[in-house]
Amino acid sequence: MRISTVSLLDRSNQISFKFDGKRLFGYAGDTLASALLANNVKLLGRSFKYHRPRGVLTAGSEEPNALVSILKHGQLTPNLRATEVEIYNNLEVFSQNRWPSIKFDILRINDFLSPFLGAGFYYKTFMWPKSFWEKLYEPIIRQAAGLGRLSPVADNSKHEKAFAFCDILVIGAGPSGIMSAMTAALSGAQVILVDEDFICGGRLNSETFKVDGKAAFEWAKINVSKLRLMPNVRVFSRTTIVGLYDGNNYAGIQKVGEYLENPNEDLPDSVFWRIVSKKCILCTGAIERPIAFRNNDRPGIMMASAVRTYLNRFGVTPGKRIIVFGNNDDARRTVFDLQAKGVKVIAYVDSRKDVEKIPKVTSFINSVVINTHGVNLLSGITIKTGDITTFLKCDCLAISGGWNPTIHLTSHLGSKPIWNEAISCFVPQPKAVPDMEIAGAANGVFSTRMAMKSGVFRAREVLKSLDIKYEHIDVPETEDENYNCEPLWHVKGSGRAWLDFQNDVTVKDLKQSVQENMISVEHMKRYTTQGMATDQGKNSNVNSIGVMSELTGREIESTGTTTFRPPFVPVSIGAMGAGGSGKRFAPTRLTTSHHFNEENNAPSVEAGLWYRPNWFPKKGETSWRQSCDREVEMVRSKVGVCDVSTLGKIDVQGPDSAALLDFVYTNKISSLKLGKIRYGLMLREDGLVMDDGTCARLGSNHFIITTTTAAAGQVMRHLEFVLQVLRPDIDAQVISVTEQWAQFSIAGPRSRDLLNETCNEEISEETISFMSTLSVSIGDISACLFRISFSGEHAYEIAVPASYGDAMIRLLVSKAKKFGGGPYGMEALNVLRIEKGFITHAEIDGRVAAKDIGMLNMISPDKTCIGKAMANRPGLISDQREQLVGIKPLNEDEVLLAGAHIYCLDEAPKRVNNQGHVTSVCYSPSLKSSIGLALVKNGQKRIGEKFKMVDHLRNSEIIVNVTSPVFFDKTGSRVRG
Amino acid sequence: MRINCPLCGERDLVEFHYEGSSKLMARPKDENDMDAFHDYLHIRSNPAGLNNELWSHEYGCRAWLLICRDTNTHKILSIDLARDVKTKGSLD
Ligand SMILES: [Zn+2]
Repeated sequence: MRISTVSLLDRSNQISFKFDGKRLFGYAGDTLASALLANNVKLLGRSFKYHRPRGVLTAGSEEPNALVSILKHGQLTPNLRATEVEIYNNLEVFSQNRWPSIKFDILRINDFLSPFLGAGFYYKTFMWPKSFWEKLYEPIIRQAAGLGRLSPVADNSKHEKAFAFCDILVIGAGPSGIMSAMTAALSGAQVILVDEDFICGGRLNSETFKVDGKAAFEWAKINVSKLRLMPNVRVFSRTTIVGLYDGNNYAGIQKVGEYLENPNEDLPDSVFWRIVSKKCILCTGAIERPIAFRNNDRPGIMMASAVRTYLNRFGVTPGKRIIVFGNNDDARRTVFDLQAKGVKVIAYVDSRKDVEKIPKVTSFINSVVINTHGVNLLSGITIKTGDITTFLKCDCLAISGGWNPTIHLTSHLGSKPIWNEAISCFVPQPKAVPDMEIAGAANGVFSTRMAMKSGVFRAREVLKSLDIKYEHIDVPETEDENYNCEPLWHVKGSGRAWLDFQNDVTVKDLKQSVQENMISVEHMKRYTTQGMATDQGKNSNVNSIGVMSELTGREIESTGTTTFRPPFVPVSIGAMGAGGSGKRFAPTRLTTSHHFNEENNAPSVEAGLWYRPNWFPKKGETSWRQSCDREVEMVRSKVGVCDVSTLGKIDVQGPDSAALLDFVYTNKISSLKLGKIRYGLMLREDGLVMDDGTCARLGSNHFIITTTTAAAGQVMRHLEFVLQVLRPDIDAQVISVTEQWAQFSIAGPRSRDLLNETCNEEISEETISFMSTLSVSIGDISACLFRISFSGEHAYEIAVPASYGDAMIRLLVSKAKKFGGGPYGMEALNVLRIEKGFITHAEIDGRVAAKDIGMLNMISPDKTCIGKAMANRPGLISDQREQLVGIKPLNEDEVLLAGAHIYCLDEAPKRVNNQGHVTSVCYSPSLKSSIGLALVKNGQKRIGEKFKMVDHLRNSEIIVNVTSPVFFDKTGSRVRG
Repeated sequence: MRINCPLCGERDLVEFHYEGSSKLMARPKDENDMDAFHDYLHIRSNPAGLNNELWSHEYGCRAWLLICRDTNTHKILSIDLARDVKTKGSLD
């Protein structure tokens, strides 16, 4: 109920929104929680496990209960905290975890079944029989449990990522944060001040005391405005630092468009920040902790500090008849604030012995609340003083069990907090995080004035470490009272007393955990699920440790601490992956012929980051196979043109370049004559094959080597490793020129004719023989011609500067057409190489040794090279290894499958009998059959034998012949043309 | 993590490639010494504390770096160009 006008609310700006279809009104400045309370909506959802009615417990990001789903632009986002959501016009909100309606929920039956649903229930009940899990238990649990529902449509939310750098990051803009930031800012440091709220000020916006004679919120507003105007300060409100990582990296999530009704199209919903700050001052304040007593989870039971926030900041009272229950002086402040606003306080209950009664309020000292009553909402409580119990009617119970410093970020790098007996809470260890100082309530300094002082002091420390001169700043006069807390973790008695509201974990569950000897806090957490919900137990961790300590009779220090991990609040995966959805998941690399490919309707296939044309469909062709078969026949009978620029090209120069190549290739390169090309094999140091390619000698100290498309990056890094780390004595330079040269394969019997039509020079066996290179020109452009073949045909590759790539493909294709040729794509390229038994990374998959692919003789005995030592290991030259062979189905109508396994005919197709696997397959138009390459145990000696090829996934079992890997032109006559 | 490349200055972790122990710098000279190669390739200590390791500034200057890092805190105690260290080492 709204009872008063307050300055932090814009009463002139009324906002209409919908909750479960019902239209309600609030004001600009309201959170969803305050607006709902103003409309007397107190039942907001059902709990996770027992489907208990739940209402607002807090007024901040620690909220465990008031989770809602928001529908915006067709997108349903679940599990948003009503205490943080800002209302905007036409906001559509739905309660969660209830069916069919929030007031009548079928699954509240779970509440009556609770004796069976305690801790360990899942572990014990659903374990056996195993087969029941998938078919029965899991579907039922999934239907019943869970927090909210995912939107059924694809996520269309927009997120961005951003980076920021500063000297000092101040986290939290409450009393200590404002003072820290002001001190740092006035001293000239580059400052970023972040706060998760949409109005900076922290508790200053919720309390009634004065600062420097002004209302606290007013003081906050003035000072934050000052900071915003300073050129060396950036203030990020609506920004939560969710994680702290090595090297002073802070992850933050900032709400940008998500709190607006119709955000500008350019605005993202949120921005995921990475802030790198030399120093940090943690001013995150504290979170008030509840007290566990019987039925302490009813809607209407609320943290005392939250009651003050709703009252003082939003002008809303959560009830008309309120009782306050606490164990510290701060709770008493709630009574005074309510009285000041004219709200009826029925009673004050304090668990401490020696405290004064509050005038004009029925005070129960040395007393506790032992039970609460009501159906969906709170209607009354039972108080116990000594042996006397008193029942009182009320519609709101404000509770305060003391304060826990918000120290989550201090443990993200592994530091454990320590127990401070004097203020009965965990505080961070001194220097818990390098380069971080902790100020104010986050460090257990609870009075406002002392927190402000602490903010200044910590800022001075930080400035000193940065060698920045401190400018004096006065600490304002304000509230400076003692807090006097006597821990009260739970009120003993029967019934269920909640600790973790979000995961429905009660004191009983902890008792059971202890009975079953799960006395380590970490075991208890996993057994009961306490602290493992989306709120990460912000309200319940410390209380649970307190209860555990009582149950086990250990001191709190020896009971344990909790481990806080990022993120501090839930972050949507979309925000963390900002900038990486769809095509932006990875960079796109396009060849210079890409436009040509698109104009010719060639579908693209991704090869690493590259997009390459798969085939070039002709009119009338209806399947890829038709196009592919035609392109293969075209290359075999006439001429084809294919962009092969994606192969890695590395330019090697320097006096010792031949020595470098001798060291990285298994075969000798130094003996290569000028203008000649050699096939080269590279090993890893462990003796397995790294990559293969060609090596052309362009000058005595100048080579150009090629790598496979897949291993281009790896080979380049390898060469640099060799030059910088292993052999800096080798005087050679390497540079990747993959993108500088556009390179095209011209393959087929008419390739030379095509080149003679294209190049200014005469192309003949005399000018360029097989495996040699020639400088040529096309018009005014210089180009480099290589006579190499990956198809088994008489073929060339021509390299031109990349800027001429587009013109070149068009020229080559138009010339090819004269000879009945044309372009060909990846599918045909693959068929051509499989027909010839040429390997790719489908074969050399990182587990294959030189001998396995029949290349043991490529390891030169005359010189050393990387991998040579280990390549001789018995295990790498054993005949029992899988070796490269060709395979063909016995029945030519049958189809081979890549990835299928090979078994002996008389053995069961089981893993233990595996003889190898199929690496590459295709339909060969030249052989009119499905053919493939395979790695088969001792395969080179088993050529001619029959095997079973079995694919359990695709249900195929056929008989295959093992053959030589070379299917076509076994003598290699065509390549020499 | 941030790494202060001797050539480029302080850069984010994403620009770097981690290779492994600096042991990789000391490649055995004798090709027939299988034990030495086995040790070189496969045997690594796993210290909780200071570790000398090789990184490459792959998306920057492409220099190979020898970094001494505390594996407990990820604090970097020293950064050198691997080439310099290796060259000096061979002169010694
Ligand atoms: Zn660099």
